[in-house]
Amino acid sequence: MERDKHFILGIFDDEDILLSAVKEVRAAGVKIHEVFSPYPVHGLDEELGYTRSRLPIAAFLFGLLGTTLALTMQFYMMKFDWPMIIGGKDHAAFPDFIPVTFELTVLLAAFGMVGVFMISSNLKPWAQPRIFDLRSTDDKHVMAIDIASNGSVDLEQIKSALKNSGATEVNSKSFE
Amino acid sequence: MQVTSPVREPLVTGGKTYKDVTNDIARQVEGKPTVGWLLGLAVSLGTLLIGSLALVATLWEGIGMWGLNKTVGWAWDITNFVWWVGIGHAGTLISAVLLLFRQKWRTSINRAAEAMTIFAVICAALFPLIHMGRPWIGAIWALPLPNTYGSLWVNFNSPLLWDVFAISTYFSVSLVFWYIGLIPDFATIRDRATGLRKTIYGALSFGWDGAARTWMRYESVSLILAGLATPLVLSVHTIVSFDFATSVIPGWHTTIFPPYFVAGAIFSGFAMVLTLMIVTRKVFKLEDYITIGHIELMNIVIIITGSIVGIAYITEFFMAWYSGVAAEQYAFVNRMFGPYWWAYWSMMTCNVISPQLFWFKKIRTSIAATFILSLVVNIGMWFERFVIIVTSLHRDFLPSSWVMFYPTITDVGVYLFTFGFFFTAFLLFAKFFPVINMAEVKAVLKSSSEKTIK
Repeated sequence: MERDKHFILGIFDDEDILLSAVKEVRAAGVKIHEVFSPYPVHGLDEELGYTRSRLPIAAFLFGLLGTTLALTMQFYMMKFDWPMIIGGKDHAAFPDFIPVTFELTVLLAAFGMVGVFMISSNLKPWAQPRIFDLRSTDDKHVMAIDIASNGSVDLEQIKSALKNSGATEVNSKSFE
Repeated sequence: MQVTSPVREPLVTGGKTYKDVTNDIARQVEGKPTVGWLLGLAVSLGTLLIGSLALVATLWEGIGMWGLNKTVGWAWDITNFVWWVGIGHAGTLISAVLLLFRQKWRTSINRAAEAMTIFAVICAALFPLIHMGRPWIGAIWALPLPNTYGSLWVNFNSPLLWDVFAISTYFSVSLVFWYIGLIPDFATIRDRATGLRKTIYGALSFGWDGAARTWMRYESVSLILAGLATPLVLSVHTIVSFDFATSVIPGWHTTIFPPYFVAGAIFSGFAMVLTLMIVTRKVFKLEDYITIGHIELMNIVIIITGSIVGIAYITEFFMAWYSGVAAEQYAFVNRMFGPYWWAYWSMMTCNVISPQLFWFKKIRTSIAATFILSLVVNIGMWFERFVIIVTSLHRDFLPSSWVMFYPTITDVGVYLFTFGFFFTAFLLFAKFFPVINMAEVKAVLKSSSEKTIK
């Protein structure tokens, strides 16, 4: 059977039942493809064994780039390229450069991080998402299990694991 | 679905289920526009049109159309600029600062408050832009762009330039923060829709599918953006206050300005949020989401920031006397008893005295009283900026230049233009975008009660 084509879906009504179900299903030796929720469920990423997002690191690095760019730009323009005496002060009036440096740090950190988030999560206006169940953006949590990547586990065993852990429905879904 | 707690008031009333949240909020987007909405749009578009005549007059004839004169070079326009920027502080404060403080009640109001922020900042930015006289070549005055007009680079020692960076950063970061929050809700609308609406909201939702991995990153992005936006909010009005504080005009040259302006901004921003939300909850029947509890909490923020502003007024007076500088002392006595005494006392009444009524629980939980007081606060905050700017300038260092400032019809028209724009934009937002953050409300629906299933 082809990978990433045929799925078994467990539908859950409640976030806490979902959290315990993820634990039980994984304990039964079933690999979970992904869980789709209408809202962020705290602790779900840990139960699914996802490693922590490195987006904060991206934000820090972009922020650092912003700081560097802002300071370089201001010192280059005000001290070296076109020195002007303003208010009788030094050309390189460092304290005066702080506000713009702060703003550019925040600007680059925010835009850089959001850009990385968009790319890493494949968010773009022309993206065509695979929707496993339309209710997953409304009121249900949908646990998708890829049949092919669970080759050794029996189909009925997966279904009963889902049912026993509190799924209100167990469906199957295939994509072209 | 919703469990009620014996200890804490629920954030969302009416025993709503997840499904109800989607239905109640998506209904506004999917339904036909109501008569009230169409009337509101007609009025605000009318205001926009009338106001745009004044804007065209300003651009065509120049800023000589305004009431400014040789002595009072900043007046109506900069008052409006500071007023709108102040209003634009509530949205990001609610979504960022309250997120960091884990105030879950923010979820019902953050979306609309952020939208309000974005529109208010656009209105604010209009004033310095047209005050440049020739805004079409303004980019080379405001941005560090290579040019052949004279001194090559912009002056990084000037607070006016810091303002350019602060406001444009604040605007763009707030916009991104707002849009990131909208993506999951657009996906909800997309999955309920068919045809053209599905295509439009499909594109707006950026292919969101609600995967746990994406939610994990989304939460991480929200937290970092909140962490970045919090100092940003405080920096914006701080830098706006530097426009005045770094000058040597009596009444402006004071170190209390940054905290005083920030408190005033939050004060006026929350008042505008209340004005808008009281109408929105009524028109869109969202009383279960924006409850009296929400209104009361916002009123508490208004008492706190209003009292900070009141103390700042008094401190300024004390410092003027204590400094022993005759010019400074004169500026403050002139504020209180000079020709602009009425503006000063309007400000004192609206900002310091009337918000104190919110100490009474009856008043701060009354919708009618809150609505009226929120308007009063915004009038008071407009006068505050007018008093600071005009009374300090109109008594120049040379008594022969002492004048009064009178706004012209063009001044009033440009202000009307911003009102027309603000309300048109807000009405369009309220109709076509989900006014309440559905995903975040669903996330607190269960945990806002104590009886969670473990």
